[in-house]
Amino acid sequence: MLAETLLVARKDLRVEWRAKVALGQVAPLALLILVVLAFALDANSSLLELGAGGLYWVAVLYGGTLLIQRSFDVETDDGNMDAFRMSAIGAPSLFLGKSLALFVQIGLLELVLGSGIALLYNVRVTDWVLLFVAAVAGTVAFSVCGVLWGVMSAGLRVRATLLPLLLVPVLAPILLAGSRAFETALGVRADAGWTWASLMFVIAAIHTAIGLGAFGFLLEEG
Amino acid sequence: MSAVVEFEKVVAVAGSFPVLTGLDLRVAQGEVVLLRGENGAGKTSFLRSCAGLISVSSGDAHVLGFDMRVDRRAPRRYIGLLGHENNLYRDLWVREHVEFRAAAVGAAESDTDAALLRVGVPKQLWSVPIGSLSAGQRRKVAIASLVVGRPRLWLLDEPHASLDSESRENLDVILAEASQLGATIIFASHESPPTNGIASRVITMGGGRVLEDSGAS
Repeated sequence: MLAETLLVARKDLRVEWRAKVALGQVAPLALLILVVLAFALDANSSLLELGAGGLYWVAVLYGGTLLIQRSFDVETDDGNMDAFRMSAIGAPSLFLGKSLALFVQIGLLELVLGSGIALLYNVRVTDWVLLFVAAVAGTVAFSVCGVLWGVMSAGLRVRATLLPLLLVPVLAPILLAGSRAFETALGVRADAGWTWASLMFVIAAIHTAIGLGAFGFLLEEG
Repeated sequence: MSAVVEFEKVVAVAGSFPVLTGLDLRVAQGEVVLLRGENGAGKTSFLRSCAGLISVSSGDAHVLGFDMRVDRRAPRRYIGLLGHENNLYRDLWVREHVEFRAAAVGAAESDTDAALLRVGVPKQLWSVPIGSLSAGQRRKVAIASLVVGRPRLWLLDEPHASLDSESRENLDVILAEASQLGATIIFASHESPPTNGIASRVITMGGGRVLEDSGAS
């Protein structure tokens, strides 16, 4: 199962490496959102510092949704979904492989956005460990939720508009928990940052369990 | 010869439209079957039903010994399916794609080179993105992706489409060799003149059922 998972993940990452969509288009676009939000808040540095955690996760939500959509676009292009269904790779491995590839891509997006936040919003990190754990938890949760909902909409003609519509409400709790955890890590909220980070791990675990059990059925009926 | 495909009174529905309407057909191991018929005759639906991509609503359907009404995914690892589309990742290089397909069906990645050479993809194209190939070259890569998996049942929908005459002949040789090694081949074609040269049996379909069968006893 591990070998199959790595095979799928390696293929997805190779497709992205060749296409350069994640780093060449999605990351700059998500960075632009940070810039636009800074303009919208009139470059008020104290306001930006206070809201940096939330604005960061809004940009991740936007860029992550595009990456999730892209991950299934390559499978539906040229009838690839048939080959995906016909492959001898087990459904749990397909689910985990695609999730792993998305984790790497969203993680890279977050590194770019993190640098952007540090430069544009003048933030100061007070708890690096919490920041790192919350980022990992949020990325895992984004990835597994994205693959689970991505496969549900993959076979639909209106998937380009339907997927974000389905995903945003599902990802909203991750956005909320990530924002709260980051605010604690950035020292702007004396709150239970670790509790919010733990909540993201719980969301990720629930979606992983559902994905491992239901991905084959969803792939078949999608 | 044992039956590889055994359909009895099979009805299959796509959406609310019946695509197979009481199909009776038995295909034995090693046969090369050519499906003919007008557009909408049910050729593609039959091929997709054999691959388990369309579920059987009623009737008995067995493929490679597996009951398709119980588990339509079970025979897939032994099946090579080539539809109207090529099922290719456009951003991958040719060799990377065939390597991935080989690994995905449990075949040795080392067979990739042999498969590409067998279908006539020149070495200088192996490190080229699939998206930059011509339609005929992409079809050859798709065929190589099947060859590398050595399927027991080949399901091909217009396999000669986009291929030049030399490549068509080469594909026929590949299919004939696979048949001699025990594989079963079912392909749909509108080719004119007909490519029945390699076919041991010709079936004409219409309205989701068999109208004429050259192999019927």
